Amino acid sequence: MSVAAYQMTALSIRNLQKTYASGVVALKGIDLDVEQGDFFALLGPNGAGKSTAIGIICSLVNKSSGTVQVFGHDLDSNPGAVKQCIGLVPQEFNFNQFEPLEEIVANQAGYYGVERKEAFRRAEVCLRQLDLWGKHREIARSLSGGMKRRLMIARALVHQPKLLILDEPTAGVDIEIRHAMWDLLREINRQGTTIILTTHYLEEAERMCRHIGIINQGEIIERTSLSQFLNKLSSESFELNLRKGLADFPDQSMGGFALHRLDDHTLEVEVAKGQSINSLFTLLSERDIEVVGMRSAQNRLEQLFMDIVTSSREASVK
Amino acid sequence: MSALSRNCIAFQTIFTKEVLRFMRIWVQTVVPPGITTALYFIIFGNLIGERIGEMEGYSYIEFIVPGLILMSVITSSYSNVVSSFYFSKFGHHIEELLVSPVPNWIILAGYICGGVARGVVVGIVVTLVSLMFADVSIHSYLLTLAVFVLTSILFALAGFINAVYANSFDDISIVPTFVLTPLTYLGGIFYSIRMLPEFWQTLSLANPVLYMINAFRYGILGVSDINLGVAFAIILLFIVVLALFSLSLLRRGVGIKS
Repeated sequence: MSVAAYQMTALSIRNLQKTYASGVVALKGIDLDVEQGDFFALLGPNGAGKSTAIGIICSLVNKSSGTVQVFGHDLDSNPGAVKQCIGLVPQEFNFNQFEPLEEIVANQAGYYGVERKEAFRRAEVCLRQLDLWGKHREIARSLSGGMKRRLMIARALVHQPKLLILDEPTAGVDIEIRHAMWDLLREINRQGTTIILTTHYLEEAERMCRHIGIINQGEIIERTSLSQFLNKLSSESFELNLRKGLADFPDQSMGGFALHRLDDHTLEVEVAKGQSINSLFTLLSERDIEVVGMRSAQNRLEQLFMDIVTSSREASVK
Repeated sequence: MSALSRNCIAFQTIFTKEVLRFMRIWVQTVVPPGITTALYFIIFGNLIGERIGEMEGYSYIEFIVPGLILMSVITSSYSNVVSSFYFSKFGHHIEELLVSPVPNWIILAGYICGGVARGVVVGIVVTLVSLMFADVSIHSYLLTLAVFVLTSILFALAGFINAVYANSFDDISIVPTFVLTPLTYLGGIFYSIRMLPEFWQTLSLANPVLYMINAFRYGILGVSDINLGVAFAIILLFIVVLALFSLSLLRRGVGIKS
Protein backbone atom coordinates (compact mmCIF):
# COMPACT_ATOMS: atom_id res chain seq x y z
CA MET A 1 0.00 0.00 0.00
CA SER A 2 1.40 3.42 -0.87
CA VAL A 3 1.87 6.18 1.66
CA ALA A 4 -0.83 8.17 -0.14
CA ALA A 5 -3.34 5.47 0.70
CA TYR A 6 -2.97 6.09 4.43
CA GLN A 7 -6.03 7.95 5.63
CA MET A 8 -5.80 8.29 9.37
CA THR A 9 -3.90 7.14 12.43
CA ALA A 10 -4.84 3.62 13.43
CA LEU A 11 -3.06 3.86 16.75
CA SER A 12 -1.91 6.91 18.64
CA ILE A 13 -0.16 6.62 21.98
CA ARG A 14 0.92 9.61 24.03
CA ASN A 15 3.09 9.64 27.14
CA LEU A 16 2.08 6.09 28.03
CA GLN A 17 3.49 5.04 31.38
CA LYS A 18 3.19 1.85 33.33
CA THR A 19 4.60 1.05 36.74
CA TYR A 20 3.63 -2.35 38.11
CA ALA A 21 2.65 -2.86 41.75
CA SER A 22 6.07 -4.46 42.29
CA GLY A 23 7.66 -1.12 41.43
CA VAL A 24 8.95 -2.23 38.03
CA VAL A 25 8.70 0.61 35.53
CA ALA A 26 7.74 -1.08 32.27
CA LEU A 27 6.93 1.99 30.18
CA LYS A 28 8.49 5.42 30.72
CA GLY A 29 6.12 7.63 28.76
CA ILE A 30 6.16 6.35 25.20
CA ASP A 31 4.71 8.14 22.15
CA LEU A 32 3.84 6.07 19.10
CA ASP A 33 1.74 6.50 15.96
CA VAL A 34 0.81 3.76 13.53
CA GLU A 35 -0.89 4.79 10.32
CA GLN A 36 -3.97 3.08 8.93
CA GLY A 37 -3.07 0.27 6.54
CA ASP A 38 0.50 0.00 7.82
CA PHE A 39 2.31 -3.23 8.62
CA PHE A 40 4.25 -2.15 11.69
CA ALA A 41 6.86 -4.07 13.67
CA LEU A 42 7.30 -3.29 17.35
CA LEU A 43 10.70 -4.68 18.21
CA GLY A 44 12.71 -4.89 21.38
CA PRO A 45 14.64 -7.27 23.58
CA ASN A 46 12.93 -9.37 26.26
CA GLY A 47 11.47 -7.22 29.03
CA ALA A 48 11.64 -4.04 26.93
CA GLY A 49 7.94 -3.25 27.41
CA LYS A 50 6.41 -4.56 24.16
CA SER A 51 3.88 -6.89 25.76
CA THR A 52 2.98 -4.29 28.39
CA ALA A 53 2.26 -1.73 25.65
CA ILE A 54 0.14 -4.26 23.77
CA GLY A 55 -1.59 -5.30 27.00
CA ILE A 56 -2.58 -1.69 27.67
CA ILE A 57 -3.84 -1.13 24.10
CA CYS A 58 -5.95 -4.30 24.38
CA SER A 59 -7.27 -3.53 27.90
CA LEU A 60 -5.45 -6.44 29.54
CA VAL A 61 -3.15 -4.20 31.57
CA ASN A 62 -4.14 -1.03 33.44
CA LYS A 63 -1.99 1.94 32.42
CA SER A 64 -0.49 4.26 35.01
CA SER A 65 -0.92 7.36 32.83
CA GLY A 66 -1.03 8.57 29.25
CA THR A 67 -3.54 8.21 26.44
CA VAL A 68 -4.30 5.57 23.84
CA GLN A 69 -6.44 6.25 20.78
CA VAL A 70 -7.45 3.65 18.20
CA PHE A 71 -8.96 4.97 14.97
CA GLY A 72 -9.78 8.19 16.84
CA HIS A 73 -11.53 6.44 19.76
CA ASP A 74 -10.11 7.14 23.18
CA LEU A 75 -9.48 4.12 25.40
CA ASP A 76 -10.55 5.96 28.56
CA SER A 77 -13.74 7.56 27.31
CA ASN A 78 -14.86 4.96 24.74
CA PRO A 79 -13.26 1.59 25.52
CA GLY A 80 -16.02 -0.33 23.72
CA ALA A 81 -15.31 1.38 20.40
CA VAL A 82 -11.56 0.83 20.83
CA LYS A 83 -12.04 -2.88 21.55
CA GLN A 84 -14.39 -3.27 18.59
CA CYS A 85 -11.54 -2.18 16.29
CA ILE A 86 -8.88 -4.54 17.67
CA GLY A 87 -8.11 -8.22 17.15
CA LEU A 88 -5.39 -9.66 19.37
CA VAL A 89 -3.19 -12.70 18.88
CA PRO A 90 -1.40 -12.96 22.21
CA GLN A 91 1.94 -14.54 22.94
CA GLU A 92 0.55 -17.27 25.25
CA PHE A 93 -2.27 -19.67 24.41
CA ASN A 94 -5.32 -18.16 26.09
CA PHE A 95 -8.30 -20.23 24.98
CA ASN A 96 -10.18 -22.92 26.85
CA GLN A 97 -8.28 -26.08 25.95
CA PHE A 98 -11.39 -28.18 26.56
CA GLU A 99 -13.67 -26.41 24.10
CA PRO A 100 -14.07 -27.40 20.43
CA LEU A 101 -12.34 -25.07 17.95
CA GLU A 102 -15.59 -24.02 16.33
CA GLU A 103 -17.05 -22.90 19.67
CA ILE A 104 -13.93 -20.98 20.65
CA VAL A 105 -14.04 -18.92 17.46
CA ALA A 106 -17.84 -18.53 17.34
CA ASN A 107 -18.00 -17.48 21.01
CA GLN A 108 -15.42 -14.78 20.35
CA ALA A 109 -17.63 -13.45 17.55
CA GLY A 110 -20.57 -13.50 19.99
CA TYR A 111 -18.66 -11.29 22.43
CA TYR A 112 -18.46 -8.72 19.63
CA GLY A 113 -22.22 -8.88 19.03
CA VAL A 114 -22.25 -11.26 16.07
CA GLU A 115 -25.44 -13.35 16.09
CA ARG A 116 -25.03 -17.06 16.82
CA LYS A 117 -25.80 -18.36 13.31
CA GLU A 118 -23.58 -15.77 11.63
CA ALA A 119 -20.87 -16.38 14.28
CA PHE A 120 -20.67 -20.06 13.32
CA ARG A 121 -20.62 -19.16 9.61
CA ARG A 122 -17.72 -16.78 10.21
CA ALA A 123 -15.98 -19.35 12.40
CA GLU A 124 -16.09 -21.77 9.48
CA VAL A 125 -14.64 -19.16 7.10
CA CYS A 126 -11.80 -18.29 9.50
CA LEU A 127 -11.00 -21.89 10.37
CA ARG A 128 -10.90 -22.80 6.66
CA GLN A 129 -8.65 -19.80 6.00
CA LEU A 130 -6.23 -21.07 8.66
CA ASP A 131 -6.53 -24.66 7.42
CA LEU A 132 -8.16 -25.86 10.65
CA TRP A 133 -11.67 -26.70 9.49
CA GLY A 134 -10.88 -30.41 9.43
CA LYS A 135 -10.58 -30.27 13.22
CA HIS A 136 -13.44 -27.88 13.99
CA ARG A 137 -15.23 -30.29 16.35
CA GLU A 138 -12.09 -31.38 18.20
CA ILE A 139 -11.11 -29.83 21.52
CA ALA A 140 -8.26 -27.34 21.37
CA ARG A 141 -6.05 -29.42 23.64
CA SER A 142 -5.64 -32.02 20.89
CA LEU A 143 -3.98 -29.52 18.52
CA SER A 144 -0.26 -29.17 17.88
CA GLY A 145 1.54 -25.96 18.89
CA GLY A 146 1.42 -24.55 15.35
CA MET A 147 -2.30 -25.30 15.05
CA LYS A 148 -2.97 -23.57 18.36
CA ARG A 149 -1.20 -20.46 17.05
CA ARG A 150 -3.34 -20.57 13.91
CA LEU A 151 -6.46 -21.01 16.05
CA MET A 152 -5.62 -17.79 17.88
CA ILE A 153 -5.28 -15.98 14.55
CA ALA A 154 -8.66 -17.36 13.40
CA ARG A 155 -10.21 -16.19 16.66
CA ALA A 156 -8.69 -12.72 16.32
CA LEU A 157 -10.03 -12.34 12.78
CA VAL A 158 -13.59 -13.53 13.35
CA HIS A 159 -15.01 -10.08 14.18
CA GLN A 160 -13.18 -8.53 11.22
CA PRO A 161 -10.98 -6.09 13.16
CA LYS A 162 -9.49 -2.96 11.59
CA LEU A 163 -6.33 -3.33 13.66
CA LEU A 164 -4.74 -6.73 14.14
CA ILE A 165 -2.09 -7.00 16.86
CA LEU A 166 0.13 -10.07 16.86
CA ASP A 167 2.46 -10.71 19.77
CA GLU A 168 5.09 -13.24 18.66
CA PRO A 169 2.66 -15.08 16.35
CA THR A 170 5.20 -17.45 14.84
CA ALA A 171 7.09 -18.44 17.99
CA GLY A 172 7.66 -22.18 17.93
CA VAL A 173 6.05 -22.61 14.51
CA ASP A 174 7.80 -24.69 11.86
CA ILE A 175 9.15 -22.98 8.75
CA GLU A 176 6.44 -24.21 6.38
CA ILE A 177 3.60 -22.96 8.58
CA ARG A 178 5.51 -19.75 9.26
CA HIS A 179 5.69 -19.01 5.54
CA ALA A 180 1.98 -19.80 5.16
CA MET A 181 1.22 -17.45 8.04
CA TRP A 182 3.32 -14.70 6.46
CA ASP A 183 1.38 -15.06 3.22
CA LEU A 184 -1.91 -14.90 5.09
CA LEU A 185 -0.88 -11.81 7.08
CA ARG A 186 0.31 -10.05 3.93
CA GLU A 187 -3.05 -10.78 2.31
CA ILE A 188 -4.97 -9.52 5.35
CA ASN A 189 -2.87 -6.34 5.30
CA ARG A 190 -3.37 -5.95 1.55
CA GLN A 191 -7.13 -6.02 2.15
CA GLY A 192 -6.76 -2.97 4.42
CA THR A 193 -6.27 -4.30 7.94
CA THR A 194 -3.58 -2.46 9.87
CA ILE A 195 -1.17 -4.90 11.47
CA ILE A 196 1.15 -4.45 14.43
CA LEU A 197 3.60 -7.28 14.93
CA THR A 198 6.06 -8.02 17.66
CA THR A 199 8.60 -10.69 16.92
CA HIS A 200 12.04 -11.91 17.86
CA TYR A 201 12.56 -13.14 14.31
CA LEU A 202 13.95 -9.98 12.75
CA GLU A 203 13.95 -11.64 9.35
CA GLU A 204 10.16 -11.82 9.75
CA ALA A 205 9.96 -8.09 10.48
CA GLU A 206 12.26 -7.28 7.55
CA ARG A 207 10.18 -9.37 5.14
CA MET A 208 6.77 -8.17 6.25
CA CYS A 209 6.82 -4.70 7.74
CA ARG A 210 6.98 -1.21 6.27
CA HIS A 211 7.61 0.66 9.49
CA ILE A 212 9.32 -0.29 12.72
CA GLY A 213 9.48 0.93 16.28
CA ILE A 214 12.17 -0.22 18.65
CA ILE A 215 11.45 -0.21 22.33
CA ASN A 216 14.11 -0.69 24.95
CA GLN A 217 13.92 -0.34 28.71
CA GLY A 218 10.45 1.18 28.46
CA GLU A 219 11.33 3.83 25.89
CA ILE A 220 10.88 4.09 22.12
CA ILE A 221 14.41 4.53 20.82
CA GLU A 222 13.62 4.33 17.10
CA ARG A 223 10.52 4.89 15.00
CA THR A 224 11.01 4.99 11.25
CA SER A 225 10.33 3.27 7.95
CA LEU A 226 12.15 0.01 7.41
CA SER A 227 13.93 1.28 4.29
CA GLN A 228 15.23 4.39 6.08
CA PHE A 229 16.33 2.28 8.98
CA LEU A 230 18.24 -0.15 6.77
CA ASN A 231 19.93 2.82 5.08
CA LYS A 232 21.69 3.43 8.35
CA LEU A 233 23.82 0.35 7.79
CA SER A 234 27.41 1.55 7.24
CA SER A 235 28.54 -1.86 6.05
CA GLU A 236 27.20 -5.32 5.42
CA SER A 237 28.90 -8.69 5.76
CA PHE A 238 28.53 -11.48 3.21
CA GLU A 239 29.66 -15.08 3.20
CA LEU A 240 31.11 -16.33 -0.09
CA ASN A 241 31.02 -20.05 -0.86
CA LEU A 242 34.06 -21.14 -2.89
CA ARG A 243 34.34 -23.98 -5.39
CA LYS A 244 37.90 -24.92 -4.45
CA GLY A 245 39.24 -25.07 -0.92
CA LEU A 246 41.67 -22.44 0.40
CA ALA A 247 44.13 -24.13 2.70
CA ASP A 248 46.02 -20.98 3.56
CA PHE A 249 44.39 -17.57 3.27
CA PRO A 250 45.33 -15.02 5.96
CA ASP A 251 42.95 -12.15 6.81
CA GLN A 252 43.67 -9.40 4.34
CA SER A 253 42.30 -6.37 2.53
CA MET A 254 41.70 -6.83 -1.18
CA GLY A 255 40.74 -3.75 -3.21
CA GLY A 256 39.35 -2.09 -0.08
CA PHE A 257 37.34 -5.18 1.02
CA ALA A 258 38.23 -6.79 4.35
CA LEU A 259 38.37 -10.57 3.83
CA HIS A 260 38.34 -13.20 6.53
CA ARG A 261 38.59 -16.97 5.97
CA LEU A 262 35.88 -18.85 7.92
CA ASP A 263 36.83 -22.32 6.68
CA ASP A 264 38.40 -23.96 3.58
CA HIS A 265 35.40 -23.15 1.40
CA THR A 266 34.03 -19.97 2.99
CA LEU A 267 35.23 -16.38 3.03
CA GLU A 268 33.57 -13.51 4.88
CA VAL A 269 33.71 -10.08 3.30
CA GLU A 270 32.66 -6.72 4.67
CA VAL A 271 31.17 -4.37 2.09
CA ALA A 272 30.94 -0.71 3.03
CA LYS A 273 27.85 1.35 2.12
CA GLY A 274 28.20 2.52 -1.51
CA GLN A 275 30.94 0.05 -2.35
CA SER A 276 30.33 -2.11 -5.45
CA ILE A 277 30.91 -5.79 -4.85
CA ASN A 278 31.57 -6.49 -8.59
CA SER A 279 35.16 -5.38 -8.29
CA LEU A 280 35.74 -7.93 -5.57
CA PHE A 281 34.57 -10.76 -7.83
CA THR A 282 37.00 -9.54 -10.50
CA LEU A 283 39.87 -9.54 -8.00
CA LEU A 284 38.98 -13.01 -6.76
CA SER A 285 38.77 -14.38 -10.35
CA GLU A 286 42.24 -13.00 -11.07
CA ARG A 287 43.50 -15.13 -8.16
CA ASP A 288 41.63 -18.18 -9.44
CA ILE A 289 39.16 -18.09 -6.57
CA GLU A 290 35.75 -19.05 -7.91
CA VAL A 291 32.64 -18.00 -5.98
CA VAL A 292 29.70 -20.41 -6.35
CA GLY A 293 27.35 -18.90 -3.79
CA MET A 294 26.83 -15.89 -1.57
CA ARG A 295 24.58 -14.95 1.36
CA SER A 296 24.27 -12.22 3.96
CA ALA A 297 26.39 -13.14 6.97
CA GLN A 298 23.87 -11.51 9.29
CA ASN A 299 20.31 -10.33 8.82
CA ARG A 300 20.57 -6.61 8.06
CA LEU A 301 17.84 -5.63 10.49
CA GLU A 302 19.36 -7.84 13.16
CA GLN A 303 22.71 -6.10 12.75
CA LEU A 304 21.19 -2.63 13.14
CA PHE A 305 18.91 -3.76 15.93
CA MET A 306 21.84 -5.06 17.94
CA ASP A 307 23.79 -1.84 17.35
CA ILE A 308 20.97 0.45 18.40
CA VAL A 309 19.88 -1.59 21.44
CA THR A 310 23.47 -1.92 22.66
CA SER A 311 24.20 1.78 22.28
CA SER A 312 20.92 2.65 24.01
CA ARG A 313 21.83 0.35 26.90
CA GLU A 314 25.31 1.85 27.17
CA ALA A 315 23.89 5.37 27.12
CA SER A 316 21.50 4.55 29.96
CA VAL A 317 24.34 3.02 32.04
CA LYS A 318 26.40 6.20 31.58
CA MET B 1 -26.50 -2.79 15.43
CA SER B 2 -27.54 -1.09 18.67
CA ALA B 3 -25.50 -1.47 21.84
CA LEU B 4 -28.47 -3.21 23.44
CA SER B 5 -28.66 -5.96 20.78
CA ARG B 6 -24.87 -6.37 20.87
CA ASN B 7 -24.98 -6.75 24.66
CA CYS B 8 -27.88 -9.22 24.43
CA ILE B 9 -25.88 -11.40 22.01
CA ALA B 10 -22.79 -11.19 24.22
CA PHE B 11 -24.86 -12.17 27.27
CA GLN B 12 -26.44 -15.06 25.39
CA THR B 13 -22.95 -16.22 24.31
CA ILE B 14 -21.53 -16.19 27.85
CA PHE B 15 -24.65 -17.82 29.28
CA THR B 16 -24.74 -20.57 26.63
CA LYS B 17 -21.03 -21.22 27.13
CA GLU B 18 -21.53 -21.55 30.89
CA VAL B 19 -24.52 -23.90 30.56
CA LEU B 20 -22.68 -26.07 28.01
CA ARG B 21 -19.69 -26.17 30.34
CA PHE B 22 -21.53 -27.70 33.30
CA MET B 23 -23.77 -29.87 31.13
CA ARG B 24 -20.71 -31.37 29.39
CA ILE B 25 -19.56 -32.65 32.77
CA TRP B 26 -23.02 -33.46 34.17
CA VAL B 27 -21.69 -36.52 35.99
CA GLN B 28 -19.56 -34.22 38.13
CA THR B 29 -21.97 -31.29 38.38
CA VAL B 30 -25.55 -32.60 38.42
CA VAL B 31 -25.50 -36.19 39.66
CA PRO B 32 -23.55 -35.86 42.99
CA PRO B 33 -26.08 -33.51 44.70
CA GLY B 34 -28.84 -36.00 43.87
CA ILE B 35 -26.87 -38.87 45.46
CA THR B 36 -25.90 -36.80 48.51
CA THR B 37 -29.52 -35.75 49.06
CA ALA B 38 -30.72 -39.34 48.76
CA LEU B 39 -28.20 -40.34 51.46
CA TYR B 40 -29.41 -37.52 53.72
CA PHE B 41 -32.98 -38.73 53.33
CA ILE B 42 -32.06 -42.35 54.02
CA ILE B 43 -29.95 -41.58 57.11
CA PHE B 44 -31.48 -38.43 58.63
CA GLY B 45 -34.96 -38.80 57.23
CA ASN B 46 -35.76 -42.50 57.47
CA LEU B 47 -33.35 -44.04 59.99
CA ILE B 48 -32.92 -41.22 62.51
CA GLY B 49 -35.89 -39.05 61.58
CA GLU B 50 -38.51 -41.62 62.58
CA ARG B 51 -37.22 -41.48 66.18
CA ILE B 52 -37.33 -37.65 66.25
CA GLY B 53 -41.03 -37.40 65.49
CA GLU B 54 -42.81 -34.25 64.31
CA MET B 55 -41.26 -30.79 63.91
CA GLU B 56 -43.41 -27.65 63.47
CA GLY B 57 -46.34 -29.96 62.67
CA TYR B 58 -44.53 -31.94 59.95
CA SER B 59 -42.75 -35.28 59.98
CA TYR B 60 -38.98 -34.80 60.27
CA ILE B 61 -38.34 -36.01 56.73
CA GLU B 62 -40.81 -33.41 55.37
CA PHE B 63 -39.29 -30.71 57.56
CA ILE B 64 -35.78 -31.16 56.14
CA VAL B 65 -36.85 -31.25 52.46
CA PRO B 66 -36.69 -27.44 51.84
CA GLY B 67 -33.33 -27.12 53.59
CA LEU B 68 -31.76 -29.95 51.64
CA ILE B 69 -33.00 -28.59 48.30
CA LEU B 70 -31.74 -25.10 49.10
CA MET B 71 -28.41 -26.42 50.37
CA SER B 72 -27.83 -28.11 47.00
CA VAL B 73 -28.82 -24.93 45.16
CA ILE B 74 -26.47 -22.82 47.29
CA THR B 75 -23.53 -25.17 46.80
CA SER B 76 -24.12 -25.63 43.07
CA SER B 77 -24.56 -21.93 42.25
CA TYR B 78 -21.50 -21.01 44.27
CA SER B 79 -19.23 -23.74 42.96
CA ASN B 80 -20.29 -23.23 39.34
CA VAL B 81 -19.22 -19.60 39.27
CA VAL B 82 -16.15 -19.95 41.47
CA SER B 83 -14.75 -22.85 39.45
CA SER B 84 -15.67 -21.48 36.02
CA PHE B 85 -14.37 -17.97 36.60
CA TYR B 86 -11.24 -19.12 38.40
CA PHE B 87 -10.51 -21.64 35.66
CA SER B 88 -10.89 -18.89 33.05
CA LYS B 89 -8.36 -16.81 35.02
CA PHE B 90 -6.03 -19.76 35.43
CA GLY B 91 -6.17 -20.64 31.71
CA HIS B 92 -6.08 -16.94 30.74
CA HIS B 93 -9.20 -17.31 28.59
CA ILE B 94 -10.85 -14.56 30.63
CA GLU B 95 -8.75 -12.42 28.26
CA GLU B 96 -11.17 -13.36 25.46
CA LEU B 97 -13.78 -11.31 27.31
CA LEU B 98 -11.46 -8.55 28.51
CA VAL B 99 -10.29 -7.66 24.99
CA SER B 100 -13.85 -7.66 23.63
CA PRO B 101 -16.33 -4.79 24.00
CA VAL B 102 -18.53 -6.68 26.48
CA PRO B 103 -19.43 -4.37 29.39
CA ASN B 104 -18.53 -5.57 32.87
CA TRP B 105 -22.16 -5.91 33.94
CA ILE B 106 -22.82 -8.28 31.03
CA ILE B 107 -19.79 -10.40 31.99
CA LEU B 108 -21.09 -10.53 35.56
CA ALA B 109 -24.68 -11.25 34.48
CA GLY B 110 -23.51 -14.04 32.15
CA TYR B 111 -21.53 -15.83 34.85
CA ILE B 112 -24.22 -15.32 37.51
CA CYS B 113 -27.00 -16.62 35.26
CA GLY B 114 -24.79 -19.61 34.43
CA GLY B 115 -24.57 -20.29 38.17
CA VAL B 116 -28.32 -19.85 38.58
CA ALA B 117 -28.91 -22.25 35.66
CA ARG B 118 -26.86 -24.93 37.40
CA GLY B 119 -28.73 -24.18 40.64
CA VAL B 120 -32.04 -24.68 38.80
CA VAL B 121 -30.97 -27.95 37.17
CA VAL B 122 -29.58 -29.32 40.45
CA GLY B 123 -32.64 -28.02 42.33
CA ILE B 124 -34.95 -29.95 39.98
CA VAL B 125 -32.87 -33.14 40.37
CA VAL B 126 -32.82 -32.84 44.17
CA THR B 127 -36.57 -32.08 44.28
CA LEU B 128 -37.26 -35.21 42.24
CA VAL B 129 -35.10 -37.24 44.64
CA SER B 130 -36.97 -35.66 47.60
CA LEU B 131 -40.31 -36.71 46.16
CA MET B 132 -39.11 -40.33 46.30
CA PHE B 133 -38.80 -40.05 50.08
CA ALA B 134 -41.35 -37.45 51.19
CA ASP B 135 -44.81 -36.43 50.11
CA VAL B 136 -44.51 -32.66 49.96
CA SER B 137 -47.01 -30.19 48.50
CA ILE B 138 -45.90 -26.61 47.86
CA HIS B 139 -47.51 -23.88 49.98
CA SER B 140 -46.66 -20.96 47.63
CA TYR B 141 -45.09 -21.53 44.21
CA LEU B 142 -44.30 -17.84 43.71
CA LEU B 143 -42.57 -17.48 47.06
CA THR B 144 -40.66 -20.74 46.63
CA LEU B 145 -39.45 -19.75 43.17
CA ALA B 146 -38.51 -16.23 44.31
CA VAL B 147 -36.41 -17.47 47.24
CA PHE B 148 -34.89 -20.20 45.08
CA VAL B 149 -33.73 -17.77 42.37
CA LEU B 150 -32.66 -14.96 44.71
CA THR B 151 -30.62 -17.32 46.89
CA SER B 152 -29.01 -18.78 43.81
CA ILE B 153 -28.09 -15.29 42.56
CA LEU B 154 -26.67 -14.34 45.95
CA PHE B 155 -24.37 -17.36 46.19
CA ALA B 156 -23.36 -17.14 42.55
CA LEU B 157 -22.21 -13.58 43.32
CA ALA B 158 -20.32 -14.80 46.38
CA GLY B 159 -18.66 -17.47 44.22
CA PHE B 160 -17.66 -14.81 41.70
CA ILE B 161 -15.96 -12.70 44.38
CA ASN B 162 -14.16 -15.77 45.71
CA ALA B 163 -12.90 -16.54 42.19
CA VAL B 164 -11.67 -12.98 41.63
CA TYR B 165 -9.52 -13.13 44.77
CA ALA B 166 -8.42 -16.77 44.35
CA ASN B 167 -4.79 -17.28 43.41
CA SER B 168 -4.77 -21.09 43.53
CA PHE B 169 -7.15 -24.02 43.39
CA ASP B 170 -6.88 -24.23 47.20
CA ASP B 171 -8.37 -20.74 47.45
CA ILE B 172 -11.57 -21.81 45.73
CA SER B 173 -12.20 -24.61 48.20
CA ILE B 174 -11.31 -22.77 51.43
CA VAL B 175 -14.43 -20.58 51.56
CA PRO B 176 -16.89 -23.40 50.75
CA THR B 177 -15.26 -25.69 53.34
CA PHE B 178 -14.69 -23.29 56.20
CA VAL B 179 -17.44 -20.71 55.70
CA LEU B 180 -20.23 -21.88 53.43
CA THR B 181 -20.72 -25.41 54.77
CA PRO B 182 -20.80 -24.42 58.50
CA LEU B 183 -23.20 -21.53 57.78
CA THR B 184 -25.46 -23.82 55.76
CA TYR B 185 -25.50 -26.63 58.32
CA LEU B 186 -26.09 -24.14 61.14
CA GLY B 187 -28.75 -22.33 59.10
CA GLY B 188 -31.59 -24.53 60.27
CA ILE B 189 -31.66 -27.23 57.61
CA PHE B 190 -32.08 -30.02 60.12
CA TYR B 191 -33.74 -28.19 63.02
CA SER B 192 -35.92 -25.28 64.03
CA ILE B 193 -34.00 -22.60 65.94
CA ARG B 194 -36.88 -22.58 68.45
CA MET B 195 -35.34 -25.81 69.77
CA LEU B 196 -32.15 -23.93 70.73
CA PRO B 197 -31.42 -22.13 74.04
CA GLU B 198 -32.05 -18.39 73.86
CA PHE B 199 -28.37 -17.44 73.46
CA TRP B 200 -27.91 -19.75 70.46
CA GLN B 201 -31.20 -18.61 68.98
CA THR B 202 -29.98 -15.01 69.06
CA LEU B 203 -26.59 -16.00 67.66
CA SER B 204 -28.25 -17.95 64.85
CA LEU B 205 -29.96 -14.75 63.69
CA ALA B 206 -26.54 -13.47 62.59
CA ASN B 207 -26.35 -16.29 60.04
CA PRO B 208 -27.73 -15.02 56.69
CA VAL B 209 -28.36 -18.57 55.43
CA LEU B 210 -30.95 -19.01 58.20
CA TYR B 211 -33.17 -16.38 56.54
CA MET B 212 -32.98 -18.04 53.14
CA ILE B 213 -33.70 -21.53 54.40
CA ASN B 214 -36.63 -20.35 56.50
CA ALA B 215 -38.10 -18.26 53.69
CA PHE B 216 -37.79 -21.27 51.38
CA ARG B 217 -39.31 -23.54 54.02
CA TYR B 218 -42.22 -21.13 54.31
CA GLY B 219 -42.70 -21.27 50.53
CA ILE B 220 -42.90 -25.07 50.61
CA LEU B 221 -44.36 -25.96 54.01
CA GLY B 222 -45.87 -22.67 55.19
CA VAL B 223 -43.82 -22.60 58.42
CA SER B 224 -40.86 -20.39 59.32
CA ASP B 225 -38.86 -19.28 62.35
CA ILE B 226 -38.20 -15.90 60.69
CA ASN B 227 -40.32 -12.97 59.53
CA LEU B 228 -40.59 -13.20 55.71
CA GLY B 229 -40.21 -9.47 55.15
CA VAL B 230 -36.95 -9.45 57.09
CA ALA B 231 -35.75 -12.52 55.19
CA PHE B 232 -36.40 -10.91 51.77
CA ALA B 233 -34.86 -7.61 52.87
CA ILE B 234 -31.68 -9.38 53.96
CA ILE B 235 -31.43 -11.47 50.78
CA LEU B 236 -31.96 -8.42 48.54
CA LEU B 237 -29.53 -6.32 50.55
CA PHE B 238 -26.82 -8.96 50.19
CA ILE B 239 -27.47 -9.26 46.45
CA VAL B 240 -27.18 -5.51 45.91
CA VAL B 241 -24.01 -5.19 48.01
CA LEU B 242 -22.29 -8.22 46.43
CA ALA B 243 -23.29 -7.17 42.88
CA LEU B 244 -21.93 -3.64 43.36
CA PHE B 245 -18.74 -5.01 44.89
CA SER B 246 -18.31 -7.51 42.02
CA LEU B 247 -18.73 -4.76 39.44
CA SER B 248 -16.19 -2.64 41.27
CA LEU B 249 -13.72 -5.55 41.21
CA LEU B 250 -14.24 -6.00 37.47
CA ARG B 251 -13.90 -2.27 36.80
CA ARG B 252 -10.60 -2.13 38.68
CA GLY B 253 -9.46 -5.40 37.13
CA VAL B 254 -8.68 -6.93 40.53
CA GLY B 255 -7.19 -10.39 40.05
CA ILE B 256 -7.51 -10.25 36.27
CA LYS B 257 -5.41 -7.29 35.12
CA SER B 258 -1.88 -6.20 36.04
